[in-house]
Amino acid sequence: MTELRLEGVSYDYPDGTVALVDVDLLLPAGQTLALIGANGSGKSTLARHLDGLLRPSRGRVRIDGEDAAARSVAQLAHHVGLCFQHPERQIFNHDTFEEVAYGPRRLGVADEQIGARVRAALEAVDLAGAIGSHPDDLGDAARKLLSIASVLAMETPVLVLDEPTIGLDARGVALIERLIGDLHAVGRTVVAISHDLRFVAETFERVVLLDAGQIILDGGPAEVFAEAAWPRLRTAGLEPPAAALIGARLGLGSTPTEESVVEALRSR
Amino acid sequence: MLTFRDVSYRYAGASRDCLHAVSLDVPAGRVTGLVGPSGAGKSTLCLIAGGLAPRVIGGRLIGEMRLDDEDVSGWPMHRLAEHVTSGLQDPAGQLSLVADTVFDEVAFGPANLGLRRDEILERASTAMRQVGIESLAGRDPRLLSGGQQQLVILAGLMAMRPRVLVLDEPVAHLDARGTREVLDAVAALSGTGTAVLMAEQRTSALASVADSLALVAGGNIVAQGSVAEVLDDAATVALGVEPLPEQRLRMRLRAAGLDPALLDAAPQDPAPLEPRA
Repeated sequence: MTELRLEGVSYDYPDGTVALVDVDLLLPAGQTLALIGANGSGKSTLARHLDGLLRPSRGRVRIDGEDAAARSVAQLAHHVGLCFQHPERQIFNHDTFEEVAYGPRRLGVADEQIGARVRAALEAVDLAGAIGSHPDDLGDAARKLLSIASVLAMETPVLVLDEPTIGLDARGVALIERLIGDLHAVGRTVVAISHDLRFVAETFERVVLLDAGQIILDGGPAEVFAEAAWPRLRTAGLEPPAAALIGARLGLGSTPTEESVVEALRSR
Repeated sequence: MLTFRDVSYRYAGASRDCLHAVSLDVPAGRVTGLVGPSGAGKSTLCLIAGGLAPRVIGGRLIGEMRLDDEDVSGWPMHRLAEHVTSGLQDPAGQLSLVADTVFDEVAFGPANLGLRRDEILERASTAMRQVGIESLAGRDPRLLSGGQQQLVILAGLMAMRPRVLVLDEPVAHLDARGTREVLDAVAALSGTGTAVLMAEQRTSALASVADSLALVAGGNIVAQGSVAEVLDDAATVALGVEPLPEQRLRMRLRAAGLDPALLDAAPQDPAPLEPRA
């Protein structure tokens, strides 16, 4: 179990761009959290602070209470696995098995356990049939799933997924929803960045809205997507999920998910 | 108009075709949308339309691609690029990497067409305004977010003023505002006579801009028609195509034993991404 805490974290890129401003965030073990916000609002920058790829310009990141500054990226990788937005920037092996095996091998997992880890990870993303294929022979959607499998195989307590549903069809998105549910059920922490607010509302227990590097909203989907919060969502360049819009139109209250619309209509 | 006639394609080193005798019209002044499950062949069709397959990535193409009255199948890349430009899914992979500012990045394409300096500058400025990225002009494109990079790439493509614009998932990485800006820019460009071919998993975004849709599955075009004709079909949903939000809810209500007409109980507000009339 791993608890992460950002304390007054600010980050400035070398070109002077201010990406994060005094961010405080406690991420308890076992929570599922979605980071939402406009392009350039600081979501990916924040995610990279969780696994130490970026270090705060000011403030600190604590992992189980200890300052993460004292730990290398390799040490932090035992706790936090991060899947990049673009599979092209992550995948580098010539076969899917080696691609997925790379992470656990770097973590020092024994050779005899690697095969089972890789198979389980590929099965979890429905790519069991692609073991041994060249990643370039897979379609874009399958490559995205392969990059997620690579992080799954590391079996870290915390997973950070940057835009996990991009380029996936409805079946692929449903698979990711189930996968995160399964990880949550066994106590893993899952942080995802996503523009797909339907997916966010349906899948995560906590939603954090970033705007210009600051946390503007933080709460459950029913709170963050409630009509009262729409002005702040829209100021931040986002639109509430369709279920929330429809629920408000029908006077059903805050219905961030399709299920909540169905239930509200049923009990009407 | 860009036309495919009986186009089959096999990737280099593959043992079978991934497109099978596909015929499709992409008319001038219209947005033709491609929908379909992952791996259906949408991106491959975009690679062919943009001229990258087989010219750049190899493989075997059979059949004919026409631009208005001319068979362009045998044209070299540099000649085709004067008429057809394409944007792929990963914006970072498309940056010129020689431009240190967004302005130079957007101007890169027109500069390589050998245009006069004042026209290059005018085209770059106009395109940046159209997609709403003027404020990024002096930034390093390599340091932008994925979504911002996508807007820069699109502006660069628009600055080429192509007859045909091919876009593979152009709004996948964008927030609602960026999505609206890109779709508005695409609609404006098609309004000036450009033929647009656009593949997109986010069907609600595509539905808001497309004049017609082609459903691709298993390397074939299995349905073509208006947005409503193609999306309001159980067979389309069964293939794994994302239903429109209201359609999804109606399906959920039906599955729960409730009347989908419950959603019509109150007058409709305009949805954020309304299908174009």
